[in-house]
Amino acid sequence: MTNTTRHITRQITRRIALTAVAVATIALVSAPAFADEKVNLGVSIPAATHSFMGGINYWANQAKKDLEKAHKGLKITIKTAANAPEQANQLQDLSTVTKINALVVFPFESAALTKPVEQVKAKGVYVTVVDRGLTDPSAQDAYVAGDNTAFGRIPAEYIVKKLGGKGNVVALRGIATTLDNERMDAFNAVLKGSPDVKLLDAKYANWNRDDAFKVTQDYLTRFKDIDAIWAADDDMAVGVEKAIAQAKRTDIKIIFGGAGAKGAVKTIMDGSDPRIQADVSYSPKFIYDAIKLTAEARLKGEKLPATTIIPSVLITKDNAKDFYHPDSPF
Amino acid sequence: MPPEQSKNTPEAPHRAEAKPRWAERLRALGPVLGLVLLCIVGTALNSDFATVDNAMNVLTRTAFIGIIAVGMCFVIISGGIDLSVGSMAALIAGSVIMFINWAAPATGSPVLAVVMGAVLAVVLGAVFGLAHGLLITKGRIEPFIVTLGTLGIFRAYLTYFADGGALTLDNDLSDLYAPVYYASLAGIPIPVWVFVIVAIIGGVILNRTAYGRYVQAIGSNEQVARYAAVDVDGVKIMTYVLLGVCVGIATLLYVPRLGSASPTTGILWELEAIAAVIVGGTALKGGAGSITGTVIGAILLSVISNILNLTSVISVYLNAAVQGFVIIIVAVLQRGRR
Repeated sequence: MTNTTRHITRQITRRIALTAVAVATIALVSAPAFADEKVNLGVSIPAATHSFMGGINYWANQAKKDLEKAHKGLKITIKTAANAPEQANQLQDLSTVTKINALVVFPFESAALTKPVEQVKAKGVYVTVVDRGLTDPSAQDAYVAGDNTAFGRIPAEYIVKKLGGKGNVVALRGIATTLDNERMDAFNAVLKGSPDVKLLDAKYANWNRDDAFKVTQDYLTRFKDIDAIWAADDDMAVGVEKAIAQAKRTDIKIIFGGAGAKGAVKTIMDGSDPRIQADVSYSPKFIYDAIKLTAEARLKGEKLPATTIIPSVLITKDNAKDFYHPDSPF
Repeated sequence: MPPEQSKNTPEAPHRAEAKPRWAERLRALGPVLGLVLLCIVGTALNSDFATVDNAMNVLTRTAFIGIIAVGMCFVIISGGIDLSVGSMAALIAGSVIMFINWAAPATGSPVLAVVMGAVLAVVLGAVFGLAHGLLITKGRIEPFIVTLGTLGIFRAYLTYFADGGALTLDNDLSDLYAPVYYASLAGIPIPVWVFVIVAIIGGVILNRTAYGRYVQAIGSNEQVARYAAVDVDGVKIMTYVLLGVCVGIATLLYVPRLGSASPTTGILWELEAIAAVIVGGTALKGGAGSITGTVIGAILLSVISNILNLTSVISVYLNAAVQGFVIIIVAVLQRGRR
């Protein structure tokens, strides 16, 4: 441990020295306008370990394709990492080897990546952080994220309204993270307003179809009367549906997923399942928006607003086609 | 293998026979005792626990891990390990789904496509197992390293094929295949039947055939087995092939459940399968073990999470801790009875 710390300290010292040299060089060489300078944009995202991240990867590559075609002076390098330490290493590589001057990063974890991102920023790289905020906001220039509060609030409002303010609800949760807590808190906050809608239980199913299947099976064993299931994710909703079908239960009137996966959006568009008539958007496409906003702003030498929230909205049959991306893996 | 193992060598005197049998029987009671205690706790916490429906849910769920654990039991008894089974199951599931989706229109017969897909699952499992076995014996690489490597390789290829998303069976095919998981025979779901059959065959091979004896002999002392003219490499390769076949069988039951495979499919199955084997009383260093214990170990593990889902006594944040405590307690029960 101490060895690593020492190593990092040494690295930081070296980096500060390097930065000083770099700043001096930039001051000497690049006195003229920033405007037609090349933008070398690095994108650092988690690897495609589940459907949502698959979507993130798809949209990041889509952004690279579209934007590099549209802008001559733009080069985008995408790195995917399997865990937080690997992402930290890749951030180092991006700044020292690829020599990026703008970065869009989707951090694995907030706390663990704050320092590494800070170091990249200290080298004069323009940093946009996506989805998971850093613990120290001064390490970023801009923050682009989905709306986790709405992600929990919208389904709760929908369920309360559909049930006429009375009924039994069970919920699935993702993985214990701040993001998951925000969603759950928002959901609970709405239910507080309607005491006749009872949340029977909320258990973790890890944003995973198989776990959602098992947890739902056990919910069905345990509760004889359930009106709505908040699956909180479209992947988990798949497991929920299968478990209900197996138990041949007909009491469940609403299955509410989340995120707007293509399968769920298609179901809503076609009206093929009366229990799934709505969803809440939390599209991995926000990485596309973040890359586009950052690249275009930097090409013009402009800055982004400090915080951009991509709103989560209710998806129903009326607007479903705007959220349907059949080519995306998500 | 470690020198203290030598007491288990075939030359052990005859009179010792009665005593180890006794000890063995008592040791095997550890997991059973744990399971019985858990069931009592479960019933006390929620009366729905002791229903036939719930029991069938749990057993059906256990089938995947249980079938894999039976294969894993052979590998571990022979002194090996396989860390790749979860990834292997995921890759086989993905390949089978792609194959069935392609074969149904190509052959014009959806039923044939599903049957061929199921066969493919077993064949792929055997081939992957054979590759492991060859690399470990002929390539002389530690099983830990070989299977750690393929753990990454298998899952990465699935993720690549799925484009990071999910591979899904076409709807009609999914409906056609679904009974393999959801249907019952004489009130007992098909996966449970398959689990029972696999376990019985595994038990017979391990305890009633020369091959089973060789597996135990190799795990107990490889050198001595070699001197006794046992084809050590062949036997070892076969344990990995058997495990691969078990993974294939588990997968062909898994695919119809959700009709899809994604990069999260089978995640951590390897640890669950290894835990089931060890909780069931098999020594991780090899040499001796029991299929019955493995089956009970696998059921025990899924009963824990079932009970946790059926109650809200304990904070959801502590679920994993409960699982950990129970595993350790069962291990203690085993040791205390030895």
